[in-house]
Parts: sequence; structure tokens; C-alpha cells
Amino acid sequence: MNGFKSLRMLTTVIFAALLLSVGYGSRPVSAQMLMNGAGATFPYPIYSKWFDEYTKVDPSVRFNYQSIGSGGGIRQITERTVDFGASDGPMTDDQLKKAPGDLLHIPTVLGAVVATYNLPGDPKLRFTPDVLADIFLGKITKWNDSRIASVNPGASLPDTPIIVVHRSDGSGTTYIWVDYLSKVSKEWEQKVGRGTSVNWPVGLGGKGNEGVSGQVKSMPGAIGYVELAYAIKNNLPAPMVRNHAGKFVQPSIQSTTAAAAGAAKNMPSDFRVSLTNPPGDDAYPIASFTWLLVYKDQADAAKGRAMVKFLWWAIHDGQKYTSDLLYAPLPSQVVKEIEGKIRQITYQGKPLLAAR
Amino acid sequence: MVREGGTAEGLSPPQFARPTSTKGRWGDRLFRLLIRAAALALLVIVVGLVIVMIRAALPSIQAFGWRFLVTSRWDPVAEVFGALPLIYGTLVSSLLALLIAVPLGIGAAVYLSEVAPPWISPPISFLIELLAAVPSVVYGLWGIFVLAPWLRTQVQPALGATLGFLPLFQGPPYGVGMLAAGLILAIMVVPFIIAVSREVLLAVPNEQREAALALGATRWETTRLAVLRYARSGLTGAVLLGLGRALGETMAVTMVIGNRPEISASLFAPGYTMASMIANEFAEATSDLYLSALIEVGLLLFVVTVVVNALARLLVWSVGGTVKEVRE
Amino acid sequence: MKARARRIVNMTMGWLTALSAMVVVLPLILILVFLVYQGASTVNLDFFTRLPKPVGEPGGGMANAIVGTLILVGLASCLGLPLGILGGVYLAESRDRRLPWVIRFLADVLNGVPSIVIGIFAYTIVVLPMRRFSALAGGFALAVIMLPIVLRTTEELVRLVPASLREAALALGIPEWKVMLRVVLPTARAGIITGVMVAVARIAGETAPLLFTAFGNRFWHQGLLQPIAALPLQIFAYAIAPYEDWHRQAWAGALVLIVMIFLSSFIARIVTKGRYSGLR
Repeated sequence: MNGFKSLRMLTTVIFAALLLSVGYGSRPVSAQMLMNGAGATFPYPIYSKWFDEYTKVDPSVRFNYQSIGSGGGIRQITERTVDFGASDGPMTDDQLKKAPGDLLHIPTVLGAVVATYNLPGDPKLRFTPDVLADIFLGKITKWNDSRIASVNPGASLPDTPIIVVHRSDGSGTTYIWVDYLSKVSKEWEQKVGRGTSVNWPVGLGGKGNEGVSGQVKSMPGAIGYVELAYAIKNNLPAPMVRNHAGKFVQPSIQSTTAAAAGAAKNMPSDFRVSLTNPPGDDAYPIASFTWLLVYKDQADAAKGRAMVKFLWWAIHDGQKYTSDLLYAPLPSQVVKEIEGKIRQITYQGKPLLAAR
Repeated sequence: MVREGGTAEGLSPPQFARPTSTKGRWGDRLFRLLIRAAALALLVIVVGLVIVMIRAALPSIQAFGWRFLVTSRWDPVAEVFGALPLIYGTLVSSLLALLIAVPLGIGAAVYLSEVAPPWISPPISFLIELLAAVPSVVYGLWGIFVLAPWLRTQVQPALGATLGFLPLFQGPPYGVGMLAAGLILAIMVVPFIIAVSREVLLAVPNEQREAALALGATRWETTRLAVLRYARSGLTGAVLLGLGRALGETMAVTMVIGNRPEISASLFAPGYTMASMIANEFAEATSDLYLSALIEVGLLLFVVTVVVNALARLLVWSVGGTVKEVRE
Repeated sequence: MKARARRIVNMTMGWLTALSAMVVVLPLILILVFLVYQGASTVNLDFFTRLPKPVGEPGGGMANAIVGTLILVGLASCLGLPLGILGGVYLAESRDRRLPWVIRFLADVLNGVPSIVIGIFAYTIVVLPMRRFSALAGGFALAVIMLPIVLRTTEELVRLVPASLREAALALGIPEWKVMLRVVLPTARAGIITGVMVAVARIAGETAPLLFTAFGNRFWHQGLLQPIAALPLQIFAYAIAPYEDWHRQAWAGALVLIVMIFLSSFIARIVTKGRYSGLR
């Protein structure tokens, strides 16, 4: 009977499909080793470029990076569910203590966090630290507030509410932003404080730098904080901010590099340093290193070797991809110090990187 | 002794005579063991789930106790966690969804079972089932790119201009927010309400309808007096089932609710639900207490949905309806 | 009430209920229209064969996500189908006194559990002990979701098989287990397949439980013990990002996903039409 036969056929097809899919899935498509990493969305544009380019440098290994936010990177590397983490908010001492081993912060690039916004007519605005803090505290609620106008004489500011957008996930970009706000606003420091996830007084939450820039882009009247690359690549403004020296500085590769100049001279040995609100006329006040988090003592020889080889490449050859994506390269003195750190990564006590 | 099988509900396994060959007995024993093991596996999974969640949530339960349910502050820096805004957001978005979905859903179910000419019912039921098959993330996609902009540019300004004196419709038009979440949930929940309501209505014995018609009632009066009244508890069950679905919905809500753990009187304001907070923050909870608090939220969600679903099934069963999976 | 008023009320309510039915169908049509309109233009050969490109660079495709979803569904079915079908047979056949009732109740409970809670469960018992995200964890989560559906469907359908069929087989001296395997299950096959297809359609679209189990992968899968891409995950990631190209790909991905889901529902329906559809 026709119906019965096709039923039989269907059952066979289903069984075959099941076995095929699982069989196919259980064999790796290629002989490459897969390294898994997770964390910051801040450097995701350049990391994804790096990992793509690196497959040409070393075809035997693939790096799979999921941008789930710095909080996620810290958590997952602590749980050891990934091979490396990434964060732009340095881990606290408490967090480092929780990790089942010595975790190293390896700086990779420098980036800037900008206060991007969406206003009709695209006026070129600039901000002062106290205005930014008060917008995010919810004290300045309209775009045509006199305080914004006084910093931007001549700009046409609409009489519309300011829609604040912040991160809904654990974020290093948030850390950089609130670290800066804590330095320039006593009220912020007391009321909200620092962290990768804070109790925001106002605003909508977006997931990742992607989510925040997505929301700002689609909502007129919105303002949010994102990494410079996300703003520029999406045709969103990257406004000038007045720095510690009183000058209005445009976020750029140069001003980011200038922000790191002071820190480069006095770099702590674990590379955990804050670059926000630095001295210097040309320094952009909201910049930061971003770090890859790896264990000093690697659990697997092959993976450990692949990791250190990639890290070496990233701090040298990888730096040439930074300017296209609007990140600033590492200062050369810092590179020397990082080299030394990478040489300390070991497997069962033996350093993985042969002396170069 | 062998009994004839009856209706699906009343069927009991036929009483078999003992097999006489020993070869069969060995196979039977193995078979019975196998199926019992499979059933026990389910038991282990569910019990395991409950135990795992309770154990993981314990630190948070011990730290905050009952305050967890009534505090409004969700502060990862200070490590103070209160789930009240999440509970509020979940309840409000689900209730808003029901407010829209229940009249429409029951109305459509009545139409399909009582009013519609026989050639209309199959295609419309078919379309409604397709609606049930659309995954949450696709609804969310549509919500972000179609619904939210429409709300932001057309609906919310209009509502604000006309009904803005009510605190319900105050605040800037974000587009995303409680209203968007409620609408999307309504669309997602309505197929389930229709499917179950239809079953319940069809289960009402025809004698009820015939009796009313014999007394000279119009079709609507028949429906109202004989069918709906009789099926009342079953319909309540259908509504509760819809509620159960709405409470647990994650992706579509995450994409349109604005992700802000705050209680606000306005439907235009962003909010947060228990499920969407877990989705956003689970992989990233940096401290153990934070993770434990998130799992406690998950436990809360689990308990609430189980209770609502159990109630629903009880009510539906009492009218003789069945809660079949929405499939055809 | 006067007769005419009653007639008017009757007609109004008739129209209102018809209107409800139409309003309910409207969003579906809107969504489908948008999917096709936005997604169809981006669905090309590249989309099915290429991997995602680095952030911000246009082009690339979702080949790994499509394959990933198929693998995850296959894996979940391998875990969930045997348990579900055997468990369903147990519920229909067992002569135990209290256990079947408990199992039935628990299956209903599990059916109503939000999928994100199941994701937490899978993370705790698969990802953490294994110290890695994996396709296995994702498949496990999906299997737990599909289990109650397959279980209840199988139970229902096995019950519907007429006792006369069983009696005839037993009268021929065939042992119980053979009767089940060779007579009852094949008879109920149509309905069971329908149930399976429904469950498959449901888990193919699940995103939440995969967020912290399968994790996602920018490249091709690397075995079941490594993270794997999945279509719903990719759609979600692309939808919330700001890049226009990613939005278009998200629509395309959603279109492909919906087509896959509808196909499995249709296959079930078409094949079960006929001789054994009377079993439902």
C-alpha cells in the first residue's frame, strides 16, 4: 500500500539522516587544532581580523573567539571552559585569587571609548567630563539642556529627551567608561562606582559593543559609549572630550597613543593599568589597553605552544592591522616588556617559547 | 482473559496470558527492564534538574533569603541582588500579552469551532499552527527591525499624544520596551490558546448545543450559554497554558524589552524579565554570588511555570479536553 | 430582548469572532512576507557554502551554522528519541501501579520548563565537568527539551493501536516484546514520526539553551567535543549588531531556518495522511 511504503521509506531516511549527522559531526572537518576563546567585544573587530589572518600564518590551528563581553571572558577562563579569555577591564585581586592558576594579562592593542550619539542633522558635538557624568547619572535629560549648549555654541540641539544606552552584559568597555566617570565625578564614584557590571541610574541595556551601537544607530536621541571602531564603522559620531589638561581632544589613534605615553614609562609588571584621564595635552581621556588572559602554566603542550606563538605574532606582526581598524598599536617599550612576559609562560615548568 | 480496547483515555493494557515458552520470557523481561529504565531516566533528569538548581542557588538563597523577592536593587558591584524588577517585568509583559491574546484567541477558537463554514476551518487552523512553529529568535528579529521602529515612530507618539495623561503611556518613545515585549508575547502565545481552546470547545457534548438551539437560542446565545459556560474551566486552563508559555519566553523578549531591571508604571519604559536577564548575564556573572543569584532567578522561574502549567492542565482535563501538543 | 436585537447581536458576534481569527493570522503573514522580502535576496550560493567573514567585512555566509544546526538536531535525536519512544511504550504498557503516573506528571513538568532553565542545567552538568563548551552539551540540552514531546506522543499512539492486533499476534505465540517491536510500533509509526517531526521543528529553532552550551563557532565544527555554530545563535548575534550586512544575513538565516522547520512539519503531515491517520 502506497502510504505504508512511503512511511517505511521515511523511517529509513530519518534513521540514516540521524546517523549521518552525528557521524559527520563527530569527525573534525579539518585536521586543525581548535583554540577557543571568549570575552571582550571591545577588540572583537581586530581580534576577528587577526584570527582570520593567522590561519594563513599557521594553518595548523584555528582560533574560535566568541565576543560575549569581558565579564564572560573573565568567568569562562576562570572556569577553564575556554583556552584564553579577553577583557578590557583588568581582573581584580579577588578575581585573580579565584582562578585555579596564575592568570596573565597580555596587552594586545590600545583602544578608545567614545560617547557616540544619534541626532538628526548630525551636529558635531563635544563634551566635558561633568556633562557626560550627569547625562549618565540622569541629571541632564534633554538634548537642549543649557550645559550641553554652553559647550557647543552654535550647535542646533533639539528639545528631545536623551536616551541613554549602556551595556546589559558584563563589559570591559563599561569598566573603562565608569572608571573614567569615577575619576571625573565624585557623585558617580559614590553612587555607582566601578565594575564590569554596575547599577545604572538610567538607560537601556544593549548586549555587547554591537548591541549598544546597534541601539544608538536605530534610535534618534540616543547616546551610548562604544569602542571607537564600532562608532566609525557604523557612521556614528566620535565626539571630542575635554581632557585632564583642559583641551578638547578628538578620539583617534594618535590621541590614544598619547594617552598611553605616560603609563608606558611606569608599567606595572602585571600590565594591569588604567589609562583614563591621563595628563598630557594630546591625550584622549577615555582610552585603555585590552588584554588577553592566559594561564602562566599551560595545561596542554600543543595548545600552549600555539598560544605563545600567536601572542608573539600578535604583539609584533599583528600590530600592522591596528590602524585600519582604528586601534592604536602598543608602544614599543611595552612590547619589549610583554615579550618578557610571554617567555614566562610554561608547560610543566618549562618555558614554551624558545629563546629568540 | 482479554478485554476489548475502548477510547484513548480509558484504554488499559490488555491482560496477557502468561507466555508458555521460556525463550519468550527472557526477552520479555529484558524488554520490560529496558522500558522501565527509559522511564526512570526521565525521572532522574527532572529530579536532577531540580537538585542541581537548588544546590547552585543555595548561596544566594542563604545570603538574601526572602528579601530576594522584594528588593529592587540589582547591583553586581555591591553584590546586592533583588529580583523584584525581574518578577515585575515578567508578570507585566505576560499579563499584557494575555490581555491581547485571550480575547483574540478565544474569539478565534469560537469562530473555528462554532461559526466557521467547514471549508474555512482547515486552512486557518493550518496558518495558526505555522505561527506556533516560528522560533522565538525569528520573532525577535522581526520585533527589532519591524515592530520596534513602528512603535517608536507611529504608535507610541500617537498614544502619548492622546492618552499621555495616563502614567501607562508616559515617557520617551524608545520603541523597545514593555509594550513591544507584550505585543510580541501576545503573538507568540495566541496559537496555543487557540489550539487548546478549540479542543476544549470541541469536547463540549453536542447535547448542550442542541438543547439550547431547541429552546430557540441564536448561534451566539448557544455558544455563550451552552458551550462557553460549560467549557469555562477548560478555557481558563487554556489561558493559563498561554501564561505558562509567556512566562518562560526568552529570546524574543530579550531582543525587544530594553534590558533594564527597573520598575516603571509606563508601558513605554524598558524592563527586564527573569528569562532574559539569565540569557544576557549568565555567561558573564563574574562572582560566585552573582551566578548563584542568577540561578536563583532561574529556580524562581521554574517554580512559577511548573505551578501555572500544572494548574492549567488540571483545569483543561476537568472539562474533558486534552492538552495535545500543537502539531497539526 | 427583542428578536431583532438578538439577531443583530448574533451577527455582530459572528463577525467579531471571524475578525479575531483574521487578526490572529495577520502577524504570521506579515512576518513571512518580511522574511521573504528581506531574506530572499541575500540567500545565494555563498550563503550556503561560505563561512562568516571577519567583523565589519561584508560577504561570507552561514554554512557552518546551517550544518551545525543539523548536527545538533541529529545528536539530540540520537539521545532523546530512544529514551522518549521506549519511555512512551512504558507509559502505555506498564502494569506498575504508581510509577507511570509519576512519570507522566514529570514529563508534563519538563514540557513546561523554560528552555533557558534547561540550558542552565546542561551548563552545570555537561559544560562544567567537561571544562569546555561543546556540541555534546548543546545536543544534550536539546534532547531534554524534546524528550517529553516524544514520550507523550508515543504513549498516546501506542494506546491507540487496537487490542485486536495485539491479541492476534499473541495468539500466534509471539512473545510480548516481539509483538511490541514488530506489530504495535510499526502500526503506530505514522503518529510517532509526526511527534518526532514536531519535536525536531521545535528544537531546531531553540536559541536560549545553546547560548551557554554549544557556544557558537566561527569556523566549521571540530568534532562533538568542541563548540559548534548553530543557525538560531548566529541569527541572534547578527540581529543585535549594528552592521547592515549582518542584518541582511540574519534575515536570510531566519528564512532558511523557517523553511527547514516548515519542511519537517510538512513531511510529517504528508506521509501520515492515509491509512494510519485514523489513529489520531
